[in-house]
Amino acid sequence: MNADIASMIGKRLGLSALTLLIVSFAVFVATNLLPGDTATILLGQAATPEAVAGLRQAMHLDDPAVFRFLRWLAGAVTGDFGTSYANNMPIATLIAGRFVNTMELAGLTAVIAVPLALTLGITAAVLRGTLYDRIVAVLTIGVISVPEFVVASTAVLLFAVYLKWLPAISFVNEVHSLTDLLRMYAMPVVTLTFVVSAQIIRMTRAAVIETLSMPYVEMALLKGASRSRIVLRHALPNSLGPIVNALALSLSYLIGGVIIIETIFNYPGIAKLMVDAVATRDLPLIQTCALIFCLGYLILITIADIIAILSNPRLR
Amino acid sequence: MTKLVDIRNLRVEATTDAGRRIEIIKGVDLDIAKGEIVALIGESGSGKTTIALTLMGHTRPGCRISGGTVLVDGKDMAALPERERAALRGCEVAYVPQSAAAAFNPSQTIMDQVIEVTQIHGSMPRDKARQRAIELFKALSLPSPDTIGGRYPHQVSGGQLQRLAAAMALIGDPKLVIFDEPTTALDVTTQIDVLKAFKSVMKSGGIAGVYVSHDLAVVAQIADRIVVLKGGEVQEEGRTQAILATPAHPYTQELLAAFEPKETQFAAAPAEKARPLLEVENVISGYGVVQSDGLPLVKAVRSVNLSVEKGRNLGIIGESGCGKSTLARSIAGILPASAGNIIFNGHELDYAARRRTHDQLREMQIVFQYADTALNPAKPIEEILGRPLTFYHGLKGQARSARVDALLDMVRLPKSLRHRHPSELSGGQKQRVNFARALAADPRLIICDEITSALDTVVAGAVIELLKELQRELDLSYIFISHDLSVVEAICDEVMVMYRGEKVEHLTREDIASPRHPYSKLLFASVPKLDPTWLDNLVLEPELVRQYGGA
Repeated sequence: MNADIASMIGKRLGLSALTLLIVSFAVFVATNLLPGDTATILLGQAATPEAVAGLRQAMHLDDPAVFRFLRWLAGAVTGDFGTSYANNMPIATLIAGRFVNTMELAGLTAVIAVPLALTLGITAAVLRGTLYDRIVAVLTIGVISVPEFVVASTAVLLFAVYLKWLPAISFVNEVHSLTDLLRMYAMPVVTLTFVVSAQIIRMTRAAVIETLSMPYVEMALLKGASRSRIVLRHALPNSLGPIVNALALSLSYLIGGVIIIETIFNYPGIAKLMVDAVATRDLPLIQTCALIFCLGYLILITIADIIAILSNPRLR
Repeated sequence: MTKLVDIRNLRVEATTDAGRRIEIIKGVDLDIAKGEIVALIGESGSGKTTIALTLMGHTRPGCRISGGTVLVDGKDMAALPERERAALRGCEVAYVPQSAAAAFNPSQTIMDQVIEVTQIHGSMPRDKARQRAIELFKALSLPSPDTIGGRYPHQVSGGQLQRLAAAMALIGDPKLVIFDEPTTALDVTTQIDVLKAFKSVMKSGGIAGVYVSHDLAVVAQIADRIVVLKGGEVQEEGRTQAILATPAHPYTQELLAAFEPKETQFAAAPAEKARPLLEVENVISGYGVVQSDGLPLVKAVRSVNLSVEKGRNLGIIGESGCGKSTLARSIAGILPASAGNIIFNGHELDYAARRRTHDQLREMQIVFQYADTALNPAKPIEEILGRPLTFYHGLKGQARSARVDALLDMVRLPKSLRHRHPSELSGGQKQRVNFARALAADPRLIICDEITSALDTVVAGAVIELLKELQRELDLSYIFISHDLSVVEAICDEVMVMYRGEKVEHLTREDIASPRHPYSKLLFASVPKLDPTWLDNLVLEPELVRQYGGA
């Protein structure tokens, strides 16, 4: 039995690695399709053709695309992601600080959003059809329908411009105390929590309602089980699969999809770094950022799948 | 004897999707003495389960008790607050569900679920509850009682789960146990073991029971008293013997009549041996990866031969999983066979339906068990019946419309139904439409796969009668697949018994009463009879049961 699980999980991890390889290739092809030539952009409009040709030679830009991809891949496997075209710094150093920032924001948001969303989703399912359920439904649909930049801009307008309670933009370097930290993170985290929770709430509610209609839930009721026992012992373990998948999907958004939030609050995260890299045709940086987003997504989805497998005795 | 249950003028209301309220239980009175087993019998929708559940103060979503009292041991389950009801559930009154397979939580071990009642009510320490559960497993003659509790629900068979569900109900030492059609989903050979186990445990513990069922023969074995329900009202009640011997109410008489063997004219065996309409030779078929010998990994049908004469019917009978439906699907070409020959009307048919000719497809039709899933819920009846008319005969407009009317008429449905959707029809009506759709092709052979199994006895009887009439009118042949011997006997000229993918015996009408193969003997002997002493007097050869018995 255990060998089966191990091989199933092994297969799942192998698939993830393959996906990562395919995605990195796709990203490489896509960045190469970007219009404009790196050497020209780096040297500016006034550069002489000889200078451009020399730089192209030095950067191996004239090699066939496949070689360039393999060279980059070989480097990436050993932890060397190359050097930024734009400012000649190693990609790893460039990303490291930004990555920590992104993970801080994502982690903080997850810590708040996940328990909140699960509680709201589960309670809405249990109290299905009541006023409470309807209020939760209206609010989640409202949050899903309003674009995040509207939420973020409104928050800035209200709390930073009119009330002047919170800073409008985040300066990581000026954080000296816990209060500073809270003030800096308050608006980005709240906005992201809004965006991420809505999906989790709806998916959790649907999954729990589905299991609550199962005969074994009625059976538990007829054994005299209390409502909380029915939900926690009988409904939740059987809706874990869909719920963790919804969680993984929503949380993966926190790694790569927060560009709008990072821009509005001027938060120095990876998403913003990647957009800047696109502007300067900094191919190695773009590729590495894309790879990090993909890796984050794959890790979350794989964890969700493994939890789903372990929670189901039929697969176990 | 003292009264344990006293239901007076019980009324239950249901709210429809449209918000309309309808009364589904209309003033029912019911008494149950201590230690007495009372059967609630009636067709689906008669309210038997609804009444049984009110004994636990429970109604399904959308329903509520709107009047009357439900006294169980002096406490009114209809009036108690939810918390107090919950305290009684599992201890005073326990429930054995219809489908134990669905009523067990798939993510917990069986033992955890069986002893959950004692944990909820704090009536026993964990270790003691485990011991008690193992005693109950033994009493219910479950195999390896010491270890079966450690398994998950998907690791044990249906018959075992049903007995485990009974153990789950009995562990709280209830005064009353509700059995909700506990053997309906089981094969007859398994049903016997389960019924015997239930009966001995109930009698030895002096526990009162409510046995909900639509099967009079099963009820006759276990109940002291029978209450016949229809449309949410009690039609008749009395001692089991009395109800079976002298039914007073027309509906009860109808139920009993469904058990009478009907005298029907069967076509005489053809004098001259004409070429059979369908010949199946050494067909092998199954599921899974194709092996190096060209056969599938799991062989559900292992080299079966059969033939169907023109105008005559062949019954195929066997327990679930014996390969009878797979055989039907292979003959129809839905699941292409892996080996063998299928010769229809003198021509060899391709294994796969999509490579058969239009006429070959038209002449052989298949009708499935569940009309609910076989009929497109989004289409009106006229569209469902019209499609095969256009597909096979190219009928359009007026001609097609007239033919739809004729088809509805053939299956004895009013023409007004043509604009309705399947969801607006009753179970029996849907199955008639399902059958009419096969008739639309003007077939010569219709394969009926368990088409009466989801229907109530009386409705099923009417469908069988209809099939016979249509056969006379339209010169049809049927292959009739069922797990129910009485249905097959009612319509078939010949019966073939299948076991584990093989044909074990072929019986004609003359020798149907005296099967020779041991499995057929066991199968035929396991069909419950109306006689209440049948189960107690039943002696099955232990050797047979060991070899072929269910569970």
